[in-house]
Amino acid sequence: MAVHEDIGGRSAEGEAVPVQAVDLRKEFETADIGSELAQLDRELVGLVPVKTRIREIASLLLVERIRQKMALATAFPTLHMSFTGNPGTGKTTVALRIAGILHRLGFVRRGHVVSVTRDDLVGQYIGHTAPKTKEVLKKAMGGVLFIDEAYYLYRPENERDYGQEAIEILLQIMESQREDLVVILAGYAERMEKFFQSNPGFRSRIAHHIDFPDYSEDELLAIAELMLEGQKYRFSPDARDAFVRYIAARKAQPLFSNARSIRNALDRIRLRQANRLVSRLDRVLTSDEVMSIEAVDVLASRVFAGAAAAPQTPR
Amino acid sequence: MRITQGCFSFLPDLTDAQISAQVQYCLEKGWAVNIEFTDDPHPRNTYWEMWGLPMFDLRDAAGIMKELADCRRVYGDRYIRISGFDSSHGWESVRISFIVNRPKEEPGFRLDRQEAAGRNLRYATHSYAAGRPEGERYGGA
Repeated sequence: MAVHEDIGGRSAEGEAVPVQAVDLRKEFETADIGSELAQLDRELVGLVPVKTRIREIASLLLVERIRQKMALATAFPTLHMSFTGNPGTGKTTVALRIAGILHRLGFVRRGHVVSVTRDDLVGQYIGHTAPKTKEVLKKAMGGVLFIDEAYYLYRPENERDYGQEAIEILLQIMESQREDLVVILAGYAERMEKFFQSNPGFRSRIAHHIDFPDYSEDELLAIAELMLEGQKYRFSPDARDAFVRYIAARKAQPLFSNARSIRNALDRIRLRQANRLVSRLDRVLTSDEVMSIEAVDVLASRVFAGAAAAPQTPR
Repeated sequence: MRITQGCFSFLPDLTDAQISAQVQYCLEKGWAVNIEFTDDPHPRNTYWEMWGLPMFDLRDAAGIMKELADCRRVYGDRYIRISGFDSSHGWESVRISFIVNRPKEEPGFRLDRQEAAGRNLRYATHSYAAGRPEGERYGGA
């Protein structure tokens, strides 16, 4: 039967005989965090401060691991994190990479991410919340629990809200089972700040606060091209220019959610492109035409109509 | 008399690390892991009481070990077993079951002989512990 020796990432020999010297490069390469970091760079455009922070954390954990081997580490480090930033800035994607890095370094045993929101943690009647929260926590053990829009857990306006119960269980587990579970809280910056103010227990248990900046227009364009490349589409030069203008117009409108808005826009553009192709049936279609997105597909967006008139919810 | 039923029961009691490794094996096989307890050790007592619900979709043994610790805190004076249920088609049954906690003293069984019609004899095993009411059998609460 399968027996896993290296529980908690502290290898058996590391605990028995503290080593005096390690080869840093070999440590780095055996942990293989380089590939996770490279994937992070490849998948995510921009986000320089975030990537810097993650590199720092990865280095810290690598050193921490070496210290464990040298029997210098006293306690298991706190790894809980908070990600703040506007919607569509890549918080969930980064959480996946973080889980990968933690797993490679042996700070979580399985490296899976369980993504939840308030609904998954908080029950609807008395006695429902505790089992529900515990269930989710059990599923996340050995991996990362990603709580999106964590501030919804706490509803000060309703004193009978069950969210408080979930928070208490969460805090307890975050403290007592640090080796088994890493919690990442995510949400908008201001509301997270308020949430931490009203629940000081969380702030003190979270080691790393990472702020996700909004994307610049150039970065958004790069994201769009990366997405299209993944789906085997491409902009014609005109369409590219049109999309640059689209981004500028869309950014000025309300409810802009960075990369997510771009993805939705591309979905609608593909819809219009398909419609344009199908509207002329009697011809031979080349693969080039099928892949190419023309300026008309972009310009038909209601964002351009809206940019001239009063701002409205974009289509 | 030491109760032997399920896997590993002729071995010395499993340590927590060993239990954890077995549970992890179950989880990697995709089985739902259950914690059950009883203070009626009769071998035909198949259906023990469940500690919480079966635990589906877990990835790591730590969650189950925590539940086991909770169960031991409440029912540390009883038998506790862990079982792994395989829900895949064709199996749909318990694939592994092993005792993870037992009372300090296990008084064992008495064999009752009942003379029936003719020269027939009926046998019954009777647990000494079951003489007392449930919950008080092993010096518990």
